[in-house]
Amino acid sequence: MSEQTIDRRPRATGFAALSFRERRRRVVSRVMIGGTGVAAALTVLPLLLIFYHLMRAGLGSLNPDFFTNVPAPVGESGGGVGNGVLGTFLLVALAGAMGLPVAIGAGIYLAEAEGGRLPNAIRFITDVMNGIPSIVIGIFVWAWIVVSVGAFSAFAGGVALAIMLLPMVTRTTEEMVRLVPRELKEGALALGFTRWRTTLGVVLPAARSGILTGVLVALARIAGETAPLLFTAFGNPFWSSDLGKPIAALPVQIFQYAISPYEEQHRQAWAASLLLIALVLAVSLTARFLIRSPYRSR
Amino acid sequence: MQPVPEQAGAPAVGPRPYLSRLLPSYAQGNVADRTYALVLGAFGLSIPVLFAFIVLRVGGAAMPAVREFGGSFITSSDWDPVAGQFGALPFIFGTVASSLLALLIAVPLAIGLAIFLTELAPRWLAAPIAFGTELLAAIPSVVYGLWGIFVLVPFLRTWVQTPLVDNVGVGLFRGPAMGSSILAGGVILAIMIVPFISAVSREVLAAVPVTQREGALALGATRWEMTWQVVLPYAFPGIIGATILGLGRALGETMAITMVIGNRAQVATSLFAPGATMASVLANEFAEASADLHLAALMEIGLLLFGITILVNTVARFLVWRVGLRAGR
Repeated sequence: MSEQTIDRRPRATGFAALSFRERRRRVVSRVMIGGTGVAAALTVLPLLLIFYHLMRAGLGSLNPDFFTNVPAPVGESGGGVGNGVLGTFLLVALAGAMGLPVAIGAGIYLAEAEGGRLPNAIRFITDVMNGIPSIVIGIFVWAWIVVSVGAFSAFAGGVALAIMLLPMVTRTTEEMVRLVPRELKEGALALGFTRWRTTLGVVLPAARSGILTGVLVALARIAGETAPLLFTAFGNPFWSSDLGKPIAALPVQIFQYAISPYEEQHRQAWAASLLLIALVLAVSLTARFLIRSPYRSR
Repeated sequence: MQPVPEQAGAPAVGPRPYLSRLLPSYAQGNVADRTYALVLGAFGLSIPVLFAFIVLRVGGAAMPAVREFGGSFITSSDWDPVAGQFGALPFIFGTVASSLLALLIAVPLAIGLAIFLTELAPRWLAAPIAFGTELLAAIPSVVYGLWGIFVLVPFLRTWVQTPLVDNVGVGLFRGPAMGSSILAGGVILAIMIVPFISAVSREVLAAVPVTQREGALALGATRWEMTWQVVLPYAFPGIIGATILGLGRALGETMAITMVIGNRAQVATSLFAPGATMASVLANEFAEASADLHLAALMEIGLLLFGITILVNTVARFLVWRVGLRAGR
């Protein structure tokens, strides 16, 4: 506020009435605020560019053959990634079958055990495991399963993806179980339910949609993983659903096509990426919009 | 015996036995509940057991290289699988250089974005932008790599590298303009970690109490002064934590950077020279490694990468956790 003095001249108003210092403060504020807007725009720009290029380079190659054929030999056109789609579904299903029961069990455990030094340590290790680079999980499963069996296999790929899944789903399950109102649990116990029936019959159904969201998000994420599969599932140019043999996977095919010298394979890499993104986004958007936990704040 | 009815969930009298400190409180209940607690405990314990197993297995497989090269493994830049010489310095250097470059680009953008979304943007604008950054985080790494090879690398070669080589041409900007380079790796990593850093930063900023903001405004601060002098200092440890979490991501990122960094085992002092990271050498050489020592050396690189990311993540979690603690009061 400027001091009021007796002055008969017409006074400047608004911005012009401010001292230099005041004006500078306001201008700096405006400029910096505008700067954060520019930062926001720059962050979203790559997203738009990636989608634009995916559409432009990939859309034209999506035809029925692309979904139903196996890759054509180099130099021939008309191949597809049908085996990769099948492989990705199989690998994700396998990982889910192995990883989800353990992850949900561990999540319930963390929610129920609450305090205590050991549960806290387990919670911390789960977070640390979430940060392990996926390629390290790949070489671990190689050293563990591929070496002892003596061959790359779909099974090994499933194990690698299950290890990626484990910490993600454990933590979301824990959070969702914690969100269930205490009264619900206490009501069940007051009615004489045992603890295990309270959890399985009352708490879990109440947390179900939240857990399902977490599961879908995690499945979408592992479906796009390449690094853990390079030395486990390995890839396969033919149809295969044999768990003991190498299997194709969409992300691995994209990688191999992208680094190949052939134009035709580059085209296929774009189309396969479009397909992969469509699958991944469809699953995670389903998780986001269709399933809402009644106890989530947002 | 007291005739007081046993209340479910009441803590047992006296110190609880060691085992039940690990298990939920009802581990002393009836047979079914006790079994249930044990089963849950087994699921919970499976995580640290698996973790220990990963460390032991990868560590064990790396032992031959550890014994053969000792400390020189991380100081030697001589990586020659044919001659049986393995020094990991080029990869450690490449990982650190590309990740730091990524942070340099990503952190200002991510913090700007987080401030924009939490403090300034109207809801109709903030919601789609936040959604867009979530989509960015959901794009698989290999798709970033594909886009990097065919769009980003040619763009950088034509519009960034060539002009800088022609007009500056020394130090960090020495030519030739190859395209695939540490610069390309850093840029693609930056694009990938911005959504991540800004998501955590937003949480941290949102945890700053409204009273702090109102206090600043009441004292006559402009919106920027409020953000810069009050909100950011309050959230600072958490933002550092978010940055370090992003660093953890960047260090371990594999596919995208493998596809754009050029994959040459050298300690390059130019941003435009091709390099290699610890993750990229694993992705490139592991499947073809046949010599036992080569495999062991790659395993040791994996072990180092593992150790570094654990360290980085631990520090970051601690910092983020501390801000939450302070805001919780």
